[in-house]
Amino acid sequence: MKLGAAGVASSLVRPKNAQAWESKAPPDTESFGCLTDISRCIGCRKCEKACSEINKLPPPMQPYDDLTVFDQTRRPDAEHITVVNRYHTGRLDENGKLAPNYVKIQCMHCVDPACVSACITGAMTKSDSGAVHYDASKCIGCRYCMVACPFEIPAYEYHKPLMPQVIKCTLCEAEFTRNNRPPACATVCPTEAITFGKRSTLLELAKKRLQKNPAQYVQHIYGEKEVGGTAWLYISSVPFAKINFLKLPHKPLPKLSETLQHSLFSYLWSPIVLFTILSVVLFKRSKKDVLPSSNTSEDGGKI
Amino acid sequence: MSDPDVHKSVPLRRPLWTPGVLVMLVFMLIGAAFIIARFTGGIAAVSNLSTARPWGLWVGIDVATGVALAAGGFTTAFLTHILGRHYYESLMRPALLTAMLGYTFVVLGLLIDIGRSWAIWKPMIFWNTNSVLFEVAMCVMVYLTVLYIEFMPIVIERFKSRPGTSNRRVQWLLKKGEALLGRTMWIFIVAGVVLSCMHQSSLGSLMLITPTKLHPLWYTPILPLLFLTSAIAVGFPMVIFEGTLAKSSLQSNDEMALMSGIARFTPVILGIYLSLKIGDMLVRGTWIYLFDNTMQSNSFLIEVGLGVIAPMVILLNRQRRNSQRWLFFASCCVIGGVVFNRVNVFIIGYKPPFGPVTYSPAVGEIFITCGLIATLMFLYRVIVTYLPVLAPRREDAI
Repeated sequence: MKLGAAGVASSLVRPKNAQAWESKAPPDTESFGCLTDISRCIGCRKCEKACSEINKLPPPMQPYDDLTVFDQTRRPDAEHITVVNRYHTGRLDENGKLAPNYVKIQCMHCVDPACVSACITGAMTKSDSGAVHYDASKCIGCRYCMVACPFEIPAYEYHKPLMPQVIKCTLCEAEFTRNNRPPACATVCPTEAITFGKRSTLLELAKKRLQKNPAQYVQHIYGEKEVGGTAWLYISSVPFAKINFLKLPHKPLPKLSETLQHSLFSYLWSPIVLFTILSVVLFKRSKKDVLPSSNTSEDGGKI
Repeated sequence: MSDPDVHKSVPLRRPLWTPGVLVMLVFMLIGAAFIIARFTGGIAAVSNLSTARPWGLWVGIDVATGVALAAGGFTTAFLTHILGRHYYESLMRPALLTAMLGYTFVVLGLLIDIGRSWAIWKPMIFWNTNSVLFEVAMCVMVYLTVLYIEFMPIVIERFKSRPGTSNRRVQWLLKKGEALLGRTMWIFIVAGVVLSCMHQSSLGSLMLITPTKLHPLWYTPILPLLFLTSAIAVGFPMVIFEGTLAKSSLQSNDEMALMSGIARFTPVILGIYLSLKIGDMLVRGTWIYLFDNTMQSNSFLIEVGLGVIAPMVILLNRQRRNSQRWLFFASCCVIGGVVFNRVNVFIIGYKPPFGPVTYSPAVGEIFITCGLIATLMFLYRVIVTYLPVLAPRREDAI
């Protein structure tokens, strides 16, 4: 018993034919994303409206210009793919008055998405375009993508009994791949707080802004390295921790589980080895059984 | 006791409709009502699941705990068939039945939990080999089939022994089937153990992708190893638990000698588990969270204290292993510890970064789970009544 357990144990912790894990992300120079400059956002929520319209989401309970919406911090849900929240960080404007910051949140379109790695059927994929794409026709509704997402983004149509879907930002992938138009939110933004472009271009742009106005910006591009990088990037004039951004590890989240799974189960080598060992033990033991003295109570304690 | 004839299991032929069974029926009916609500009004109608909390009681109890507590099947198969301790054979059939029913209900629980129950077959076509859940699903699917195959000889035995009641062709088929199963059974037995090792551990790997969400008291790269070890540890205590209950409520044979026998292994496995857990906590420095008096740390202390250390100490003592009460109590501790562990990993230790941190299951979630467990117990009762699974008390048998 112990021997078997030890065999299993060692096969679990000691990866054989372990290949180094490699990112499956499309290159930064070819895949797209967005850069949100939080210092430019004025909280007009036109992006929310545009998003709702292009995705045919139900109209909001409160009109988009109703400022009381900001009294609560909201999260994206099955009817709101993107939401803008207001934060008072203690920042003062030119007149010495407390100035709010507005933060738009949506799917970050991770470079190596945990949801894509987790998805049981591959309904979640990372497109070459840069978008994390959801294919409802493959989805079984296990919601492991939601468990895996470090940003707590994918929402679910829990109220639908038979055909619920995962709801999250599509990066308006169809818009820019087919119609050559940027995402609806980026198009509509009146202050150009959202810039759409290749990830490499966006990173350059962000760095340029940080260098040009070092006093105006926190020297951090959120999404450059977080969880291995995201296609949606942010720069801000206030510390990210103060506006509800998570401090996340820089390692891609799928790395550990994928390395473990592939080193254990590529070509099913470990189940085959275990099967062989156990079969040998079984046959050796059953041969012993042929002996006239059947194993009875005295056989205890020898394991 | 040295009687080598182990095939003494018979249908119990006791009245089925006892008050206990009627209570089960009530729970089954309530559960059924909530299941109807779930499939008409959606998951939202009966549960507290949300964006922040996509997995709740159904995954924590019905699936994760269900799989762990069905471990009696593969651990007993390993002991009796692979290590050849046929002395323990009479524990095999009830353990196999529990595993078979346990896994059946894991699948039923999943059918209720997943949003598109009708699409449950899709992972067979659309493979994502990066997904831990994909591997778990494949293993559970194949293992459930293996369990049904392993159970078939019991069904055949029941119908073969009544030559007058069925026609010759059926008898011929049963005989052929039995012969074929007899020759190939070793494949299924070994495969069952291998598949169990794979998915019992992978259930732990499921949470490796959530380092920022799972509390550090449970998040560790050796989570799969801990899940496998705890599943092995709970295997025999489940057999003891269930054997004791069957003895007292169904007057099946007293297998006390056998149960004390298998209970010897439990403290050893618990010891391995505890050293792995403590070693990991020391290496990763997570012991600093032990006494911070949060819900998580308290739940962890109960899990390890009552579920691992207490039964280990109790079962190390030979006299206590031979005492029915102590043995039953220690088994309950181990089972409770594994239930706590799975609930801790999937529910209590899971901390969504933005959404409400606390989650309590809705009435609907609880009653559906209770309904499923009641149905499982009811089926167990029906099957042991009509199929040769349990051995009757010796004086009854003669």
